[in-house]
Amino acid sequence: MNRASRWVYVPLVLGAVAMLFPLWWMVALSLETAERAGAATVGAGGMVLWPDDAQWSNYPEALAQVGSERWTGFLDAMANSIVVTVVTVVATILSSSLVGFGFARMRFRGRGPLFTLMLATMMLPPQVTMIPLFLLFRGLGWVDSLLPLIVPAFFGNAFFIFMFRQFIAQIPEALFEAARIDGCSVLGLWWRILLPMCMPVVAITAVFTFIFVWNDFMSPLIYLHSDDQATLAVALNAFRNQYGGLEAVHYLMAVSVVTMLPCILLFFVAQKQLVDGLGKGAVKG
Amino acid sequence: MATVELKGIGKVYEGGVRAVQDVNLAVADGEFVVLVGPSGCGKSTTLRMVAGLEEITEGSLTIDGRLVNDVPPRDRDIAMVFQNYALYPHMSVRQNLSFGLERRRSYGSAIRRLVDSGYRAKARGEDGEIAARVADAAQTLGITPYLDRKPRALSGGQRQRVAVGRALVRDPKVFLFDEPLSNLDAKLRMETRTELKALHRQTRATMMYVTHDQEEAMTLGDRLVVMKDGVVQQCADPVTIYERPANRFVASFVGTPTMNFIEGEVRGDTFRAPSVELRMDPTGPRVSGPVVLGIRPDRLRPAGAGTGRLRAQLRVLEHLGDRVDLALMLDCGTPLVCRTAPGAHLREGEPIDLDLDPADLHFFAADEQGLRLA
Repeated sequence: MNRASRWVYVPLVLGAVAMLFPLWWMVALSLETAERAGAATVGAGGMVLWPDDAQWSNYPEALAQVGSERWTGFLDAMANSIVVTVVTVVATILSSSLVGFGFARMRFRGRGPLFTLMLATMMLPPQVTMIPLFLLFRGLGWVDSLLPLIVPAFFGNAFFIFMFRQFIAQIPEALFEAARIDGCSVLGLWWRILLPMCMPVVAITAVFTFIFVWNDFMSPLIYLHSDDQATLAVALNAFRNQYGGLEAVHYLMAVSVVTMLPCILLFFVAQKQLVDGLGKGAVKG
Repeated sequence: MATVELKGIGKVYEGGVRAVQDVNLAVADGEFVVLVGPSGCGKSTTLRMVAGLEEITEGSLTIDGRLVNDVPPRDRDIAMVFQNYALYPHMSVRQNLSFGLERRRSYGSAIRRLVDSGYRAKARGEDGEIAARVADAAQTLGITPYLDRKPRALSGGQRQRVAVGRALVRDPKVFLFDEPLSNLDAKLRMETRTELKALHRQTRATMMYVTHDQEEAMTLGDRLVVMKDGVVQQCADPVTIYERPANRFVASFVGTPTMNFIEGEVRGDTFRAPSVELRMDPTGPRVSGPVVLGIRPDRLRPAGAGTGRLRAQLRVLEHLGDRVDLALMLDCGTPLVCRTAPGAHLREGEPIDLDLDPADLHFFAADEQGLRLA
């Protein structure tokens, strides 16, 4: 490495520190006592960067207080988040790859205009469809259930359909023909040949969908009203409203750390696939 | 094994582009038929119609007497080897070989296998059968050591063997090959060609093979179908195709170097062109009027000065080791090629006399079709 290229790392390191600092501060505060955390939040006790005496008990105490009933609120919210996220991830992968396969390989009248129309839906801000969708789900009687959060995933996601379509289009046609001769039906071809070959795109879809759905606050807030239906994001917000004062900052931070932990872990696990997949999706070859 | 019969087969794409026209061909049981022609002649389209990968827009196709025009590829009991191998990259060689058999299992339900012990026993029997067939095919093609590798860990030649193995293991009625050797280097191509021929001798399977390489076609095929612009030009055994080409296209396409052509006229028993006068075989068939004369390069022989039937200028001499190609020019400006044995003392730029046997002359009509006259 030459001297000039070494300097490139200076802004990169500064940027990384700037991005990681709030995360670090959140973890540090979550392990503090109520007094020190409250004082640090308003700047009275100086900045807390390393707890002198880590209060690990903050975590069980904070989680137990999520929701109206001890422990039940947190466990319900965690279960709801897991159900919504897992089902949505699986459904998005299946539906988006199937539709992407159709756009890439099936010849049918209106394929081009339909694909353009589907891409155009990506331009719509979610705020535009919020009220019509709410009315639709209310009409179906789905409000205050997990269905409005789960069912749309079975109809594909325009961005991931686009990614699958681009990836599938570069797979040699002979492979599909060989599979047809070998006895695959169209669905068998998709399941046995295509999905395993699209693993990089599947990984991207899984990670992005997971992060988005796990952190999604707006949709659960709109559709879920009962405490026992809340996802973690909504429960965290209710917790903030309930313990928003300076005396419970350490609890709020502890719950926040637990809420974001799965996303961080997932990113570390899927990092290689993710970076690999982004490259493969972008460049034909 | 089976017979394949194409009756008036044609292919017209949307928009009216015609790729194949009125192909009539009966492939006998155990026969090796090669479709050969230049790029865009319709040979691959014809093969793909037999495979069921292209819709047949005209005519009828029967395999073993059963009309299969509208039968999907998986139900035609055919196997196909593709130019770019088309191996499933996420599967091992073993899985690639067994994939087609797995799709055709009689006892393939995973759920019934779990809950029904009788079914499970039959399924296990079938597992053993599939494993044995995969092992047999791998043994035949010498790919046993690679069975657990992924295709990306194989060389081009090994991949092509796996592709052939995938066809072989299914024991289909008809084998289809779509330019399977095109991606291999020259040496490997010749070796694989020999192995394919041996495999055909061993299995006596019905095979249809597409290539643009006339040498490959001549060495492999029991019968050749020469195509041009979607139309069959000639369908015959390799020797007939070479010795009695049906028209100028076939004559020029088959044989290396390509056949020499001289435009001229036949009067009586003599062929005349501006700088050529050749007495024809008196016992041969009679032709007259404007014709195109064809002579194979290997039927021309350098002769002693003043003793030959043709005289030309030697422009370029190409040594090919066991033979020499002479690029010649007649006085009238018509180019000729002569393939001969090395050893003759020839020098570029000097005139050379050539001799030939009148029985080796081919005559074609001087019109666009250029049909064989005699």
